[in-house]
Amino acid sequence: MPEAILSLAGVHTHLGQHHILQGVSLEAARGRATVLLGRNGAGKSTTLRTVMGLTPASAGSVVFDGRAIEKARPYAVARAGVGFVPEDQAVLRGLTVEENFRLAMLQESPEAWAKLDTIFELFADLKKFWRAKAGVLSGGQKQMLAIARAFVGDHKLLLIDEPSKGLAPIVVDHLIASLNQLKQHTTIILVEQNFHLASQVGSDYFILDDGRVVHSGLMKALVDDEGLKQSSA
Amino acid sequence: MDVLNLAHGAFFAWGAYAGFAVLNALNGLGWVETGTLGQGILSVLLALLAALAIGGVLGLFLERVIIQRVYGDHLKQILITMGASMVLAEVIKVLWSPNNQTVLVPLSFTGSYDVMDVVINKFRVVAIVVGLAVYAGVMAVMQKTKLGIIIRAGVENREVVQTLGYNINRIFTGVFMAGAALAAVGGSMWGIFREQITPAMGDENLIFALIVVIIGGMGSVTGSFLGACMVGLAFNYVAYLVPKLALGANILIMVIILLIKPWGLMGREQ
Repeated sequence: MPEAILSLAGVHTHLGQHHILQGVSLEAARGRATVLLGRNGAGKSTTLRTVMGLTPASAGSVVFDGRAIEKARPYAVARAGVGFVPEDQAVLRGLTVEENFRLAMLQESPEAWAKLDTIFELFADLKKFWRAKAGVLSGGQKQMLAIARAFVGDHKLLLIDEPSKGLAPIVVDHLIASLNQLKQHTTIILVEQNFHLASQVGSDYFILDDGRVVHSGLMKALVDDEGLKQSSA
Repeated sequence: MDVLNLAHGAFFAWGAYAGFAVLNALNGLGWVETGTLGQGILSVLLALLAALAIGGVLGLFLERVIIQRVYGDHLKQILITMGASMVLAEVIKVLWSPNNQTVLVPLSFTGSYDVMDVVINKFRVVAIVVGLAVYAGVMAVMQKTKLGIIIRAGVENREVVQTLGYNINRIFTGVFMAGAALAAVGGSMWGIFREQITPAMGDENLIFALIVVIIGGMGSVTGSFLGACMVGLAFNYVAYLVPKLALGANILIMVIILLIKPWGLMGREQ
């Protein structure tokens, strides 16, 4: 098993009066795609938001690449090398596709611009709509842009929250192909309700329930375990 | 930035008083009322710089101490910035007296040009040039620079911008400072143009600023530019024909535009 790029130990997170994460502990291996599964409200998205510093942990530790980040602000977490793709195709609609990418490049270096070639191979539509406002893109294209934008930021870890939400099956198939290529370049943690996508992309999995990790292992084993698969849906 | 700031009038007044103080001090050196063209230009530039600085400092203070606590809550923003505006106007009275003050105008900026029998006040030309320069500068920053992209993105979705690695709170503090500084420069220009300033000048002009922003559309620099042209021209034409109806004409224009385009001329639907 490769070394962990991200480790959560006993993480608790509160949202107002609600105790959402109740001692989440998990490790994401470097160079692999880890999937967080579980029913609605299990705490999957909150786990990603806690790592990102958007809903800070009230207790526990979050270590990324050997560095404690549980107290870090979201911009500092991003600068440390964590990319985040929120759910609901959170592109900046008033900016053009080009401006969305420029925003994602903290340093507009030749290396960053060169990365666009890889992105255009993965998401050809983005090249076609380069000068168009992101708001005019279709749902699938917006999701592609949100993922590609995080990728161009030269992150060591990408947190992707429900990328298939609201997308047509044919678009999901394209998304699976793109994510599989993307994981050749970076480590991914994926929150996903669509088990087909999760099983096609993920290498490892964690099942959350009521703010705790209740099961984990290799995705291959989960695919073969019908009973556990049902409980993760 | 989605902030309803009613303290802009106070920044405007503080800019006017900062400029007034600088021109008074420079007049002691003989630069203003009896100075050369160069000294006159430098005096006005220093007055504008002082306004820029005081506006920036007040903006920084207000954003850090007050506004940061009420982001996202328009009602609280209105109440708290209105309160801040009153306090700032009262401080002006303490520092410079509640009475009107006469602003000294450099000799080289007084009088008029005669262009084919049309009399044009010299300082009006300066005001138009400064206004166009500020508009061009703001547009260039917003549309052509990375900072402009970050600001536009931050206005649309702060959270996403933060997760891309930008300390949006710090950037917005800077934007708020810049807005306050530009309001103060406007106040200083107004003071020199009218040659008289009062502690209440901020509130008197705030109504025009609000009408301009509403007509132009919230968040649109070009909309505000168009709104300012409409308000300025309508006010002056109507004031020439029926003085009592001047402000009413502007409000009527605002009502008509809101009926046709509820988000203003260039505002985007929220």
